[in-house]
Amino acid sequence: MAPSEAALATPHPGADGAAPPAVLEAVGVGKRFAGVVALDDVSLTLRRGEIHALVGENGAGKSTLIKVLTGVHRPDSGELRLGGEPVSFARPHEAQQAGVSTIYQEVNLVPMMSVARNIFLGREPRNRLRLIDFPRMHREAADLLAGFGVTADVRRPLNTLGVGTQQMVALARAVSVQARVVVMDEPTSALEPREVETLFRVIEDLHSRDIAILYVSHRMDELYRICERVTVLRDGRLVHTGDLAGLDRTQLVSMMLGREVSEVRRHGVTQFSGAHDAAREPVLTARGLSRRHLLDEVSLQLRPGEVLGLGGLLGSGRTETAKALAGALPLDSGTVTVGGRELRRPSPAAAIRAGISLLSEDRKAEGIVPGLSVRENIVLAAMPRLSRAGVVSRKQQDRIVRIFMERLRIKAAGPEQKVEELSGGNQQKVLLARWLCLEPKVLLLDEPTRGIDVGAKAEVQALIDELAQEGLAVLLISSDVEELVEGADRMVVLRGGAVAGELSGDLVTEADLLGALAAHPSEPPAPASEPAVSETPASEQPACEPPASGPPASEPPADASPSAPHADKEQP
Amino acid sequence: MKSLTTAPNPSAPPRVPQASAPSPTGRERIAPLLQRHGAFAVLVALVLVSSFVFPSFGTLDNAQNVSVQASFIAVVALGMTLVIITGGIDLSVGSVFALGGVLAAWASQYGFWAALLLPLVVCGAIGTLNGLLIARAGMAPFIVTLATLLGARGLLLALTDEGATTYLVPRDSAFAELGQGTLGGFGYPVLVALALFAVGGVVLQRTSFGQSLFAVGGSADAATLMGLPVARTRVLVYLLSGLLAGFAGALNAARLSSGVTIIGSGMELDAIAAVVIGGTLLTGGAGSVSGTLWGVLLLAVIQNLINQIGSLNSSYQSVVSGGFLIVVVVAQRYLARARRT
Amino acid sequence: MTQLSPALGRRAVRLAAPAWFQKYGVYTAVAALLVYNAAFTDHFLTAANLRTQLVQVAPVVIVALGMALVIGTEGVDLSVGSTMALAAALLPLYLGYGIVPALLVALVAGVVVGAVNGTLVAVVGLQPIVATLALFVGGRGLALVMADGQLKQIENADLLALGSGEVLGVPDVVLIAGVLALVVAGVVHRTTFGRQLVAVGGNRAAARLAGLPVRRVLIGVYVLCGVLAALAGVLATARLTASDPSALGNLMELSAITAVVVGGTPLTGGSVRVLGTVTGALLMQLLRATLVKHDLPDSTAQMAQAAIILIAVYVARERRSR
Repeated sequence: MAPSEAALATPHPGADGAAPPAVLEAVGVGKRFAGVVALDDVSLTLRRGEIHALVGENGAGKSTLIKVLTGVHRPDSGELRLGGEPVSFARPHEAQQAGVSTIYQEVNLVPMMSVARNIFLGREPRNRLRLIDFPRMHREAADLLAGFGVTADVRRPLNTLGVGTQQMVALARAVSVQARVVVMDEPTSALEPREVETLFRVIEDLHSRDIAILYVSHRMDELYRICERVTVLRDGRLVHTGDLAGLDRTQLVSMMLGREVSEVRRHGVTQFSGAHDAAREPVLTARGLSRRHLLDEVSLQLRPGEVLGLGGLLGSGRTETAKALAGALPLDSGTVTVGGRELRRPSPAAAIRAGISLLSEDRKAEGIVPGLSVRENIVLAAMPRLSRAGVVSRKQQDRIVRIFMERLRIKAAGPEQKVEELSGGNQQKVLLARWLCLEPKVLLLDEPTRGIDVGAKAEVQALIDELAQEGLAVLLISSDVEELVEGADRMVVLRGGAVAGELSGDLVTEADLLGALAAHPSEPPAPASEPAVSETPASEQPACEPPASGPPASEPPADASPSAPHADKEQP
Repeated sequence: MKSLTTAPNPSAPPRVPQASAPSPTGRERIAPLLQRHGAFAVLVALVLVSSFVFPSFGTLDNAQNVSVQASFIAVVALGMTLVIITGGIDLSVGSVFALGGVLAAWASQYGFWAALLLPLVVCGAIGTLNGLLIARAGMAPFIVTLATLLGARGLLLALTDEGATTYLVPRDSAFAELGQGTLGGFGYPVLVALALFAVGGVVLQRTSFGQSLFAVGGSADAATLMGLPVARTRVLVYLLSGLLAGFAGALNAARLSSGVTIIGSGMELDAIAAVVIGGTLLTGGAGSVSGTLWGVLLLAVIQNLINQIGSLNSSYQSVVSGGFLIVVVVAQRYLARARRT
Repeated sequence: MTQLSPALGRRAVRLAAPAWFQKYGVYTAVAALLVYNAAFTDHFLTAANLRTQLVQVAPVVIVALGMALVIGTEGVDLSVGSTMALAAALLPLYLGYGIVPALLVALVAGVVVGAVNGTLVAVVGLQPIVATLALFVGGRGLALVMADGQLKQIENADLLALGSGEVLGVPDVVLIAGVLALVVAGVVHRTTFGRQLVAVGGNRAAARLAGLPVRRVLIGVYVLCGVLAALAGVLATARLTASDPSALGNLMELSAITAVVVGGTPLTGGSVRVLGTVTGALLMQLLRATLVKHDLPDSTAQMAQAAIILIAVYVARERRSR
């Protein structure tokens, strides 16, 4: 398909004598899992002291490459070179010994152990009797963490700290070993804006000490702000390596997606068709949903035929709100009313009976039942309705399953194939089918397109559109800002577990949303009709999406431009 | 605090304390205390009350008696504690205990060291087998050790003509002395058990190996990614459990002067009960050796009390243990919940 | 999450053979044993001998059926042996009122044990091993306390008839086990309860979010397991013609788990193989009988059993770890 020849045609051929020497290289690395190719002849060169971005869509092979570099997996072919010498890491331990440390996406520390023990696990300071010297360990841990802005008691169990703080502890651990290379896999995904700034300060510091950093993120602004070079993977293959500064955002996105630049421009990346017609009575009303530490008086209304976007940064209470609506999160106070009737004694079963369905954000842990067939996964929630006197009716099941497999175009060998054998996108469709066959009035979608391939993503987006047109009330949660802006008719923005504002009308743009997200907490929420909170935020409290400052100018450009997609949206 | 005497640390400038987490609430403080010292508190209370109620309970004689009886299970429970902290379980210890006793009694005709080493070698091998199957082959601990429970018992029967033969420890041999001798009124088994607990406590709390047990039990994935030798730790811990169970069996044989073939069945459950009552989480990642000691003593005292009340059938012991177990695990569960929220 | 195990690549190649072995290994093994015995063991394939084998295996099959359901929910029930003992201890106390009340009391004991286990697992949220451990320890003690530690002869003619009676040459006990196996298979495959059970075992969180009555299913499963164990206790007592709470059902949890695992049900839940479980119990029984017929002692049988358990679990492990 030869995407974006322009970018591929102008690589930097080694940048010759000027470039600093390579610390860590992967040369022609290949890796397969159960016959599926995860990496195919991928090379990556990490030079001394550089900050190198590694990008790609989900399934591009980023995680596998990281795990090869850090000794979790061994490559099937190709080799690793450390300082020019071929190396082979049998275990993560060996990679760490060699100076390659890693911060994983999910915090990978031991929750029940103390902060200090986590930092020094496996290399505890000893006294003369070869026993662990706890006073020294605590002192050193406290000193180390102070540099990261963490002042919590290092003797406390890790799981009593917030996620952001835990991430900082992981960072402290990774950096405190004598690292030559630090690999960071989505380090900011759980961080508050303030913590992101701290992280960037630490990265700056590492940079000045000539430590190479491999920075994996899908947040464009972060990449452009701190990274010098970039490597793009797609479908397990190397697509591009080169300087980041000269690379246009649109080009970068098109390389990640494998699409033509023009196509990206025209459609944005989403498949939404625009506003829906919804002005009737709300089908669902939530009043004052509260739960200690999680939700604070969240109220919202959902009308038939509209897509309500639920915006907010990670930890703002989006998922919790959806779960509360679906009866899956016990509440301290607050009511949910569906079709005029209040849900008493909320539970998932009661919510489902009332017509609320929740597509959970965690497909693996809370969605599919891996050992069961596609059919059984689809009818799971509807089973009592498809059976008589407790005995299941295969005939009815088969009918329903056939309808939904066709309508959602679920690609499976057949209804009896095990769902675990399907791709992520098709698993997601199976789950959508599970909820749709209940004929819900309200559909809550928590990150419906996360971690699925581009094609399935487009199909799911188109389906959401279609469902809303059919009169379903849809609540859409997405950390893909573009998807949220283009998909939602109206948006409720959460911050710190409370409603921070509502944006509605055709004027909802990404800039508005980002403004609302980044607004100062003490600011009164924006009035419903007037989107945008704008001016104040940037300098005071930099959010992660819109960069406050930083070298490579980044604010508006290219694919993120919100006006383009709405202009022409005639799709088949 | 030493830091007061030194100059203000330049690398740690004063910071706005916004990043620090809130101080723990009362409930958060009490939960770990109860978890850690609950068994000890109950034990003390029970001993105090019983000393008043039963005149024959509070005597030195009885204390010596209880402690000797508890020492064998204590050694087994020590190994079990380490296993459970890694998130595993070892159901084979009862059989291994009995096997250790038979092997020691048989080997005692060849002298002290033979009687001590043979059970250690064989039982260590069984423990290693457990560990390898669990850590390297990734099999579930409870099923692996259930199988070796059966295998060890089979081996024991094969060695004793299907249980018909009972090997005797020669009278007045050094080995018999190990089981029957006393120092300051307390039998050697008690002293040995106490010494093992002291060593076990230091290993668990103050060595890297001990830390890695907690790490493996707390999160095996994280431990792997942090570069800890997870598989090796697991193998070692089952090896230790096998060694300790075999050693306890040998000690018991020395005390009884014979390798009794019909003991040890159900011992694994008593050991687990003691460990859990002592505050070690069955899910792994948290626990202490001292708690296990209190758990063992608590169960031993209860057994002793049931014997004191002559009218009670000895089956009450298991009823009480079972009841205790339910109370403790349910309490642990709610304490853990209280800590998290 | 991607598997951390570095052996993933190799595993793919080896996947096919163990998958087959887990599915059909147990049937092949039973067939092989029968063929071997037909050729080399005298008086093995006789009606009388087969009948004996079946009668002996019947209680194990009944308990294993309940165990299979529990394991299907990613649980395990260690208290089945104690439940059998409890049922056995209760029988003689109520036989004076006739067999039906006595039987009911025994089964109610099973319900109670199951309800306690189920509540601890489903409501309190304990690990199944821990939850059922308590009744494993306490249950037998309770049985012994109730029976005063005594073995009691059974005089009731109705109960004795249950133990020794037969229909068309098939012993009642075997018949009951067979019918129960069919019923359990029907429950697992054809009822909402059965499918929900499997879903709960396959992914608890997903089942909850899909509105399944997770707690009710779990408690129901443990209650079923308890009732089946109690029934097995009654039948075994009838066979023995004596109530022996100190010995009855000893190590039964092990035999039942073995039958389930050897029959190809994974310990990780999400699947129940009823026919496999029955065959698994048969395999262990035949194996023991074969060894005994060849004058190999009990110790060898135990070690062989241990080896078979390990092999079965090892094979199952290959299957699930993808």
